[in-house]
Amino acid sequence: MAHINLPEGLPGIRGPMAFRPETAKPLNELAEVLLRSENSLSRGERELIATYVSSLNDCFYCQNTHGGIAQHYLQCSIDYIDSVKKNFESTDLSDKLKALLSIAASVQKSGKHVKPEQIEKAKSLGATDIEIHDTVLIAAAFCMFNRYVDGLATWAPQDRNIYVERGPRRAAEGYLDFDLYK
Amino acid sequence: MPHIPLEEHLPGITGLLEYKKDTAEPIRKLTQFLLRGPSTLTAGERELIATVVSNGNECTFCTNAHTAAADKLLGECDTSQAVKKNIATAPVSEKMKALLTIASQVQKSGKAVTAQSIQKAKEEGATDIEIHDTVLIAALFALYNRYVDGLSTVAPADPAFYKGLAERISKGYMRLPQGYDHLKK
Repeated sequence: MAHINLPEGLPGIRGPMAFRPETAKPLNELAEVLLRSENSLSRGERELIATYVSSLNDCFYCQNTHGGIAQHYLQCSIDYIDSVKKNFESTDLSDKLKALLSIAASVQKSGKHVKPEQIEKAKSLGATDIEIHDTVLIAAAFCMFNRYVDGLATWAPQDRNIYVERGPRRAAEGYLDFDLYK
Repeated sequence: MPHIPLEEHLPGITGLLEYKKDTAEPIRKLTQFLLRGPSTLTAGERELIATVVSNGNECTFCTNAHTAAADKLLGECDTSQAVKKNIATAPVSEKMKALLTIASQVQKSGKAVTAQSIQKAKEEGATDIEIHDTVLIAALFALYNRYVDGLSTVAPADPAFYKGLAERISKGYMRLPQGYDHLKK
């Protein structure tokens, strides 16, 4: 049961968003610009960073929601998403994205964990300043979203296939104009 | 030195918010509503939540900035120091102690929030909206602290800097209409 009296039947972040529309609006605007706006990192790559950080924070709802969306964009299997979460170094992701995921993993622990060597490596593999900025901010933002979702003890469907099935729709509708109840 | 090129006259978060204004806009709007918008918690109380979380994350810039903002809004400097040392003995209401305890749990992880700490806050009169906003403010500072330190921004050593910053943010968190060029020395 959630810690506060949230509208019933809404999973994960949707409950608190329906409870407090004033904060839902800028939260969704932030997700839209970070994960979907014009960027040299693809939407799939950015969703993968969000998925990975959410898995490190052990947030079931967020890692499966964004994992489902990433899976759709990347046209991969759930096993592939799981292999990234488990050990992205062993996957066939680009070296640049691996360097960015390593930065994201440090941010998840604390901003101070990001080492100059990690930044240097990402730059040497072609990461731009904006890509490094966005990686840090996506990771930081999911430290917020994950805490919001779990800190209020929201409810989440346990069948992971539900998230995979909804991925395409979530990807198509974006974060701005969607119905919290659908 | 910051990991990416930021304007030298804008240390800490301000340089980041000016570096990429499209992401700054919703972050500023969220902060403005949570910390300055209509609430049964005072702006000073909400700054104490920001201070406790930033202090827990050992983010020097954010801790100094929000300590200074809390001091400015509360009109004294003792409470902000006390909540950073020990919430239980700080000179704040029992409700605020309970909310600050929830915030310090959120600082660690969303899963660290206990049913007991929520129950305690409710017993002390905290409303669902106050609990919601406390959790989201604490979560927002999990973002800010990582953003500021993850890109290795500069935290000025001079306390006068944070007093000046507190003058500004005590009035609000939206971008100044004229920008920040006037801060260039």
